[in-house]
Amino acid sequence: MNDIEIVRAARSENRLTSIDFIGSVVKDFVEFHGDRLYGEDRAVIAGIGRIDDIAVTVIGIEKGKNTEERIEHNFGSAMPEGYRKALRLMKQAEKFGRPVLCFVDTAGAYCGIDAEERGQGRAIAQCLAEMSDLKVPILSIVIGEGGSGGALALSHADRIWMLEDAYFSVVSPESCANILWKTQDKADVAAQALGLTASKLYDLGLIDKVIRSEDIPGLSDEVYAQINELLEIPTETLVTQRYMKFRKVGY
Amino acid sequence: MELKSLFLKANNELENTGNRPRSRRITCKKCGRQVSVARIRKNNFVCPECGHYFPVRARRRILMLTDKRSFVEMDRDMESKNVLDFPGYEEKLSAAREKSRETEGVICGEATIGGSRVCIFAMDGNFMMGSMGAVVGEKITRLFEYATEQHLPVIGVTVSGGARMQEGMISLMQMSKISASVKRHDKQGNLYIVLLTNPTTGGVDASFAMLGDITLSEPHARVGFAGPRVIEKTLNQKLPEGFQKAERVLECGFIDAIVPRQEQREYIDRVLKLHGY
Repeated sequence: MNDIEIVRAARSENRLTSIDFIGSVVKDFVEFHGDRLYGEDRAVIAGIGRIDDIAVTVIGIEKGKNTEERIEHNFGSAMPEGYRKALRLMKQAEKFGRPVLCFVDTAGAYCGIDAEERGQGRAIAQCLAEMSDLKVPILSIVIGEGGSGGALALSHADRIWMLEDAYFSVVSPESCANILWKTQDKADVAAQALGLTASKLYDLGLIDKVIRSEDIPGLSDEVYAQINELLEIPTETLVTQRYMKFRKVGY
Repeated sequence: MELKSLFLKANNELENTGNRPRSRRITCKKCGRQVSVARIRKNNFVCPECGHYFPVRARRRILMLTDKRSFVEMDRDMESKNVLDFPGYEEKLSAAREKSRETEGVICGEATIGGSRVCIFAMDGNFMMGSMGAVVGEKITRLFEYATEQHLPVIGVTVSGGARMQEGMISLMQMSKISASVKRHDKQGNLYIVLLTNPTTGGVDASFAMLGDITLSEPHARVGFAGPRVIEKTLNQKLPEGFQKAERVLECGFIDAIVPRQEQREYIDRVLKLHGY
């Protein structure tokens, strides 16, 4: 697959969504709702469960599987409430010493009048700032679309993993082509230039692992091993290492 | 006293206009009147006829906010590289350098305001629309780290279209990097004042522009995450009057105060003093 084909695959309607990954990786999942400030955003699914013997907080951006579900989950584009719910539960994870596992799959944070007026920018910014200082391990896995700031908000993690046919990008290739070359027809050129595939991002040192499709059935074990490894690290070191992980990006 | 020194500074600026005649006039975009450059400069780059806010270069912005001759720049020579070999990026960078007469889209340094030591950064809208790439991210992060170490407040003036596409995920992750350094500065009990100017959008809005202890804005500045045209296209409807304008954003609860340009320095000075700086 070339880069634009990967973008299309990541957007494909028959791929696994966060609900599937939560189902296969996390046992005894209990979902919680609401940001305690304004409302409940179904684009973000969050709760607690366990991976083998480790209790975890799980957060996933969910797109839904059919028309009805996609409408319910707003096609995986979260409102500020979604990010605030995620942050509320991450702070709770910190309180109870639970590691955090995020599944990222969004074309982008919702852009609309209501989202803007309830502080989409502030909601994302708070996720970034607070996750940078969270005292428990965070693992984020991009399972489909990593659409700009809306995906980044749940990716301020100790480890970022990506499926081999997922993408993570500053801008959608279509918008990029539109802005730079005034045509969407060059989306393939933009996709190539943006360096948005898992393998390119791995080579740039921006993500930590590329998950091959054949490894998905064994993902739970890999996640378990990774979280265990992160739990071994003293809290202060963990937070410092997370700071340095992002500190060195670009320079 | 404050006003007098502002005028003095404006006059000094006027002396540095090179060989441009003092009588040069430009047309105000808002009211369409011909106004002399000298009058606009004297009026803090606000149209004396209609009150329109002209964009201000980063370097001038710092002069307008800080004590005379107090600014010491940091990391001036850092220049962007085309890490991704993005088509046309080098050309864009040289055009931006020429247009802005700066090496990158943000100026950082230390200065005093009313005698109080501060760290200050100002973004430059003339440099690729104030877009944030690795150098912008690195310079602002270094400033926050220095301010944390020195226990200094940070004053940040934002203007940006968001993360810089030509640097791909490297630029997007500057949001994470800067936000983490803001958090460290915050945790040590240091003050961070943001002054939002037109426009502050995208990845800058969704990171350090929205993380201030005190969030100020210029009148009528556009402040928001998604671009208005994108929202219009997505919703297929006209946006309401005043949408994403600072006045509306304040009503929504995300801005502490809208401060006119001629009052900004005094306002920030007062806030600094109230924090014991």
